[in-house]
Amino acid sequence: MRYLPHTDADRQEMLAAIGAPDAEALFRDVPAAARLTKPLDLPGSQGELEVERAFQGMARKNLSAGCAPFFIGAGIYRHHVPAAVDQLLLRGEFLTAYTPYQPEVSQGTLQALFEFQTQVALLTGMDAANASMYDGATACAEAAVMAARVTKRHKVILSGGLHPHFRATTETVLRYTEITAEVLDPDPLGFEDLIGRIGPDIAGVVVQNPGFFGGIRDLRPLAEACHQAGALLVVAVTDPVSLGLIESPGAMGADIVVAEGQSLGMGMSFGGPGLGLFATRDKYVRQMPGRLAGQTIDVDGRRGFVLTLSTREQHIRREKATSNICTNSGLCALAFSMHLTLLGETGLARLAELNHAKAVRLETKLKRLKGVRVVSQSYFNEFALRLGDEADAAQVVEALAARGILAGVPASRFYPDYPELAPVLLLAATETNTEADIDALVAALEEVL
Amino acid sequence: MTESQATFSGNRGLMLEEALIFELGHPGRVAVDLPDPGPIDLDRLGGCRRAAPVGLPDLAEPQVVRHYTRLSQKNYGIDSGLYPLGSCTMKHNPRLSEKVARLPGLADLHPFQPQATVQGALEVIDSLAHWLKVLTGMPEVAMSPAAGAHGEWCGLMAIRAYHEAKGQGHRRRVLVPESAHGTNPASAAMCGFTVDPIPAKENGRVDLDALKAKLGDDVACLMLTNPNTCGLFETEILEIAAAIHEAGAFFYCDGANFNAIVGRVRIADLGIDAMHINLHKTFATPHGGGGPGAGPTVLSAELAPFAPLPFVVADGAGLKLVEHAAEIPESQPFGRVKGYHGQFGVFIRALAYILSMGADGLRQASTDAVLNANYLLARLADQLSAPFAGPCMHECLFDDSFLKDTGVTTLDFAKALIDEGFHPMTMYFPLVVHGALLMEPTESESKETLDQFIAVVGGLAAKAKAGAAEDFKQSPRLTPRRRLDETLAARNPVLRWKA
Repeated sequence: MRYLPHTDADRQEMLAAIGAPDAEALFRDVPAAARLTKPLDLPGSQGELEVERAFQGMARKNLSAGCAPFFIGAGIYRHHVPAAVDQLLLRGEFLTAYTPYQPEVSQGTLQALFEFQTQVALLTGMDAANASMYDGATACAEAAVMAARVTKRHKVILSGGLHPHFRATTETVLRYTEITAEVLDPDPLGFEDLIGRIGPDIAGVVVQNPGFFGGIRDLRPLAEACHQAGALLVVAVTDPVSLGLIESPGAMGADIVVAEGQSLGMGMSFGGPGLGLFATRDKYVRQMPGRLAGQTIDVDGRRGFVLTLSTREQHIRREKATSNICTNSGLCALAFSMHLTLLGETGLARLAELNHAKAVRLETKLKRLKGVRVVSQSYFNEFALRLGDEADAAQVVEALAARGILAGVPASRFYPDYPELAPVLLLAATETNTEADIDALVAALEEVL
Repeated sequence: MTESQATFSGNRGLMLEEALIFELGHPGRVAVDLPDPGPIDLDRLGGCRRAAPVGLPDLAEPQVVRHYTRLSQKNYGIDSGLYPLGSCTMKHNPRLSEKVARLPGLADLHPFQPQATVQGALEVIDSLAHWLKVLTGMPEVAMSPAAGAHGEWCGLMAIRAYHEAKGQGHRRRVLVPESAHGTNPASAAMCGFTVDPIPAKENGRVDLDALKAKLGDDVACLMLTNPNTCGLFETEILEIAAAIHEAGAFFYCDGANFNAIVGRVRIADLGIDAMHINLHKTFATPHGGGGPGAGPTVLSAELAPFAPLPFVVADGAGLKLVEHAAEIPESQPFGRVKGYHGQFGVFIRALAYILSMGADGLRQASTDAVLNANYLLARLADQLSAPFAGPCMHECLFDDSFLKDTGVTTLDFAKALIDEGFHPMTMYFPLVVHGALLMEPTESESKETLDQFIAVVGGLAAKAKAGAAEDFKQSPRLTPRRRLDETLAARNPVLRWKA
């Protein structure tokens, strides 16, 4: 077996050194009744060639995004990842290292995390960021819990423009805690009144910008209302590329910013693993969940990096920790950071402009179709369409998939209980879309509608 | 650093100094060429165009590649050498797994594509779920938890939801051994449970009598790691399970150490009701400097209806991803634990490892892991000090009594190992022995590597006993950075670069 170096002779020699007659003797503490004596009904080992063939077979049963005009977003975005990212990520010293508990042999990971934290803080307009969470949805849930911890209040408001998976994950995390959530209805038009709901019992308001249905809002009045009432404003972002063009949540008054970082560095990978970004103000840093890399010096006075403020964490504080999180998304954070480093200020701004321009192009062509109405008043690279009062967006998407076009997500996939959303289709455009893709979508949609 | 090692550049041969990217930027450089988008129509930005630059540095590709290459050279990985970090299972990460995870037909898929266009992806999830169910003997598995701690929380949420549904919502107390991972009590607290510690016996196992004395009709479950964090199999596990069940509570197993028993013991046969499986440990997916992991959680028939959304079911000729509870009337999911459909990229890698190993290879891997740990225990027993008699399972535990009166601490000993070219073992965990050194060699290591490690550890132990404390305090000397001031970092946190 190619991953196991021992020969039978090695095993015998080692058993002799141990003083055990055979390997079974090493398992003598397992109650006899619980030891497997018969082989399980599972196949045996295989060579690389056979395993690779099996995966190619499974891959062939999928329609991958690169083989179709592709306009799906809704929280996971298809951006071009520069070739250097993946090549560097595969360096074994990054790929096969553990959490950097031994800083003297982990300066690579630690410095990269320190750079990542800085990039996230800059991008979100916040003071500090942690070394990442599992994904945007879990980061959002942790932010709601943190808002309650900071304010010592027990109620949060979740905007109807929040990604439905962020909302559902947050509700689940809160389910058996003292914190309750007021969850607003889906809000394609951005008309919900959040400010009117903020009272002295509110720990935090969680909104997404741009919203799930695409709309961008000026968060300053909301931030002001939150702060006057002693509540925190939590802002979620699902495509950080948007922050290259639109104002950062921090600049608009957010207290905590959470985001899904998948769109930079990682590819879609059927939605996982993701990368949770989590940033806040300096004054709340000690209430933050998750690992943190910090700068220090070594005994020779040279700059170096360590994991720090670990007294917040489960391995020290156990049941009193800020979170049970142990793993972060280290390699995904590294990919994100590499991509953002390759882009730089210049590249990120241009990428963001290009995304917006593609979406404008798409919208301009689609809204000429009969019966089609653009729902989103404003947007970055994704918007909602209403396909006509009688249209069923889910059926339209299936019909277009049959024609080899991956044409967005019907709102009903998330909101089956809201018949008024049945005609609503979410469409995203990125730098990966060509004019031919757009024309193919428009032509096919015209046929189907 | 001695005078003779000083250089003008600060570099020392292959050990290259590297500035932060923010100190390397040069405005106007670019490493990604993108077409000109033309004039931007700002009408659609809701009046929210960014007012000020982000503040990111501009670099060209050669600089970026060199930056990360240099950073990587400051890291130790499994690819570099023995990484005997107990409880963390640092085994070889097969490269085939990386290759197949990058097949465009698997990597370039969106979670919200129509299900007919992702049948192969659902097959990956379903196939892995099948293996996990058969290997554990459990009827159901919640695939979406993102890591071990996340799986713990998922299992406990299912237990809480079950008790609530059965009118047993008053069951809020969770029994957790003192030797448990810190995530166990933290996960319990997130489910609104209180934590009640249970002591260990002198042989390192749960004290069954003490456990029984703590049982009552307010107990929701026991959380137990097995093999436990001392690397020992809980010999009375069947009695423990019986006692827990008799009290109307569940048995949650922390599956961090499942790698010791895969193919040899099915956890269903131990009376366990729920257990997470760290795919990044047992099934060899890369740890990546701290994630991403995955923590699928197997569930008993009683707990299965409460599994979180989404899940994959067979549907006629194909597979169906269930995203809403209403689609399956008999299900009562406790909610959703994360975005989308689980750690798909990790699933691919784990399944590639599993298909490569097969049932026979998985069983051999567990056996070799246990063999290697026992070999270390046997060969080091005279030179270090083992608090518990063997055999151990996949890891072996030592305490610091062999260092008594030497002036050398467990930390010093670990740092000295770094200069010898090894990653240290886990230090000061579990908390139940003084100055713990927990070693997990894994099945990936050859006898030659273990022999070299044994010689080095034995040499260091002899050196410590011979009175070389000052020398140990100076370790490590040969690393890119020497001991770092963690107190300074915590007292005056600098968490980001500033101009």
